Amino acid sequence: MELLERFAAGDLEAFEALFRQHQKEVYAWIVRIVRDSGIAEDLTVETFWRIHKYRARFDPAGNFRAWTRRIATNAAFDHLRKARRETELPEDLAGAGTADPAVRRETREQIKRAFFHLPAKYRLVATLALIEEEPYNKIAEAMGISAALVKMRVYRAVRILRKQLNSLGVEVGAR
Amino acid sequence: MNNEESDKKIKELLKQAISPAEHAELQRDLWPQMLRKLEEQPAAIGAVPWFDWALAAILSAILVFFPGSIPALLYHL
Repeated sequence: MELLERFAAGDLEAFEALFRQHQKEVYAWIVRIVRDSGIAEDLTVETFWRIHKYRARFDPAGNFRAWTRRIATNAAFDHLRKARRETELPEDLAGAGTADPAVRRETREQIKRAFFHLPAKYRLVATLALIEEEPYNKIAEAMGISAALVKMRVYRAVRILRKQLNSLGVEVGAR
Repeated sequence: MNNEESDKKIKELLKQAISPAEHAELQRDLWPQMLRKLEEQPAAIGAVPWFDWALAAILSAILVFFPGSIPALLYHL
C-alpha cells in the first residue's frame, strides 16, 4: 500500500513519515504569515494535528502538499483572527526590513502597527502578496479562493492602510 | 499624488518596515511535540462541540428570518 493510502487508513508510521517530509515546508509557509518562529512551530503542529484528524477526508490520489498548505493557511488565519486584538508586535521576524535611513524609525513603527492591526483576511493576503511577493494564484490556491478575490483583498488592505497612515500623520498621499 | 502613486508608496514603506521571512528555517524536529499533542487530544472525527451547533442554529435562524442579512454576511466572509 502506498504511503498516502496508509496515512488515510490511519497508519501512524505513515503519518510520521509524511510529517517528517513536510514539516519544514509547512513551517516555512506559516512563519511567513504569522512572522513569529515560536507561534509558527505551534501552528505547524496544529496543522498536522488537523491533517491527522481529517485524514479520512483526504483522497490518496490527490495532492497532499496542496491539501497541507491549505490547512496550514487556515491554521495561520485562525491565529491571526485571535491575535488581532493583541497590541504586541511579532518580534522575531518583524525587523527593520531593508531599512532606509530616510524613513524614520517612528514611521516604520507606525506602519508596522497599522499593518499588524489589519483585519486577518486582509493581513494574510497583504503579507503574502506585498511582503513575501507570492503570486496571486498561489495565494488563492492556499486560501481556497479565486485569484480575483485575492487581488481585491490586497487592494482593500492597501486602502485601509492608507486611511490609517493618513490619520496617523504619515504622508502617503491620496485619501 | 494619485491613488496609484500612493499605493506604490505604501508598498515601498511596508517593505522598509517589515522584512520578508524567506530564509526562516525550522530549527528543530517537531515530531515529539506532535506526538504529545496526539496523546493529549486524540482526534475524534465528527465530534462537534455543542456551542458550534448552537452557533449554526442561531445563524440559520437569522438567515431564515432576515434574508436581507445574506449579502452582509457574504461580504464579511
